[in-house]
Amino acid sequence: MRAVTKIVAVRTYVATLALILVCGFLPRPAGAELRIDITRGRIEPMPIALSQLSGLQPQESQIGQDMTGVISADLERSGLFRPIDPRAFIQTPAALRSQPPRFADWRAINAQALVHGNVELQRDGRLRVEFRLWDVFGESQMEGRIYTAAPQTWRRVSHIIADAIYKRVTGEDGYFDTRVVYISESGPQQRRIKRLAIMDQDGANHRFLTDGRNLMLTPRFSPSLQEITYLAYVNNRPRVYLRNIDTGQEEVLGDFPGMTFAPRFSPDGNKVVMSLAEDGNSEIYTMDLRTRAVQRLTNHPAIDTSPSYSPDGKQIVFNSDRGGSQQLYVMDANGDNVRRITFAQGRYATPVWSPRGDLIAFTKITEGDFYIGVMRPDGKDERLLANGFVVESPTWAPNGRVIMFFRQGRSDSRGQGGNSRLYSIDLTGYNEREIITPVDASDPAWSPLIP
Amino acid sequence: MSATVSSSTEARRQVEKWAQWLRQYPNVTVTVEGHCDERGTREYNLGLGERRAASAKRFLTSLGIDARRVATISYGKERPAVVGSNDAAWSQNRRGVMVVN
Repeated sequence: MRAVTKIVAVRTYVATLALILVCGFLPRPAGAELRIDITRGRIEPMPIALSQLSGLQPQESQIGQDMTGVISADLERSGLFRPIDPRAFIQTPAALRSQPPRFADWRAINAQALVHGNVELQRDGRLRVEFRLWDVFGESQMEGRIYTAAPQTWRRVSHIIADAIYKRVTGEDGYFDTRVVYISESGPQQRRIKRLAIMDQDGANHRFLTDGRNLMLTPRFSPSLQEITYLAYVNNRPRVYLRNIDTGQEEVLGDFPGMTFAPRFSPDGNKVVMSLAEDGNSEIYTMDLRTRAVQRLTNHPAIDTSPSYSPDGKQIVFNSDRGGSQQLYVMDANGDNVRRITFAQGRYATPVWSPRGDLIAFTKITEGDFYIGVMRPDGKDERLLANGFVVESPTWAPNGRVIMFFRQGRSDSRGQGGNSRLYSIDLTGYNEREIITPVDASDPAWSPLIP
Repeated sequence: MSATVSSSTEARRQVEKWAQWLRQYPNVTVTVEGHCDERGTREYNLGLGERRAASAKRFLTSLGIDARRVATISYGKERPAVVGSNDAAWSQNRRGVMVVN
């Protein structure tokens, strides 16, 4: 048996990436600086001008154009920025290469922020990208960085730049340089083909990880990023599996007498917490990936499932029908001190602790409708963010500000209309966006920020 | 062979028929599948399907069938018998199915 945590796979598309901060050449004036407060409810998106990253050679120019498109789309989808149509720009990318921004030109089109920069293919074959972010009204540089990377990683560099802009303007970490693993669905409902798929958070670099022969459900990322855990039906045995994303190496986790399901990693990546069903009773267990030691956490004839660790690893939230209906409970990580946190009407399910620790996202089923919501870890201050015939499987962006989930429609008697798609929504309840996938999709899991 | 049960009294009658059949063919082994409708969350429904399959198995063994001949598997809401988002379809999809191995 291999030691899962010891594996160091070489990421196929990630090259080393060097970063240099660029010093501003204008002093920052005193006074309020450009800032978006994302904790507020509805926010008017900030108008931002993204001047095409400029290149001297046609190939560099093309990369600059593609990168600007990715950065612009990231910022736009966040709902916090409104990229201005470049046809309105007065100062050209070429002019920005040799001169400082002409702020009056950018104010004239109501840009509050300006991004520009240069792309160069160096003699050593590496890509060098420089960008600057300006506060147009304050006439000051807010951010300036240089990255060198392998040219084929231009998309990642674009997401990293978008994250840098997001962080500088909001004060919060970004989430654009991330991936999503999910279940791709096709075929009729009675014989649905469900396979693992992975993509960048913007839907790019999509690839299937499995061929669909085995039914696969509920993938989740390890904090190490190279591994996922999920449920697979192999030879009619539903069991929790681990898979290295890059090598495709897969192994069943442990040797349990019954179905194991609902797996999630501990925040340190050393354990998987999951349910084991024996004689019809589902209980929560952990398995240590280094020692293979198994620990039973719950002991109740009810169905105990969907466990999720708090980010400090000290507590676990799960759902159980021990009180008669499906509700949320929190226990210490060793199984002690179980307490119920939901008491409202309806059933509660799929709790997921926010990476910031301040909230728990959940699915609620009440009066025939499904909702995605958030509450504090003590069950208070419930807020419902999205609803539908079926919405399920919330997953957090690593900054704890955006939630992704899937929504399945109602199907008619011929099986039409039951499509399932991925969506993201801000914690504020605004800015719901569909994440485009090649075919139907469910069970999304957001990766941590790529290191 | 595969047979289906859904509601509880009907379920008992059906499981009795399964038991009869299993006594007639003492060398076959079977798997009882537990299924749910789409009105629940995926993971909880996996637990529910398992509970349903295990309860059918317990009933079979109470009727004298050797437990070693009966395996169980839960499909949760993953394998509906009929399509459609309506009460009739949901009721048909909450079911136990016996499949000969």
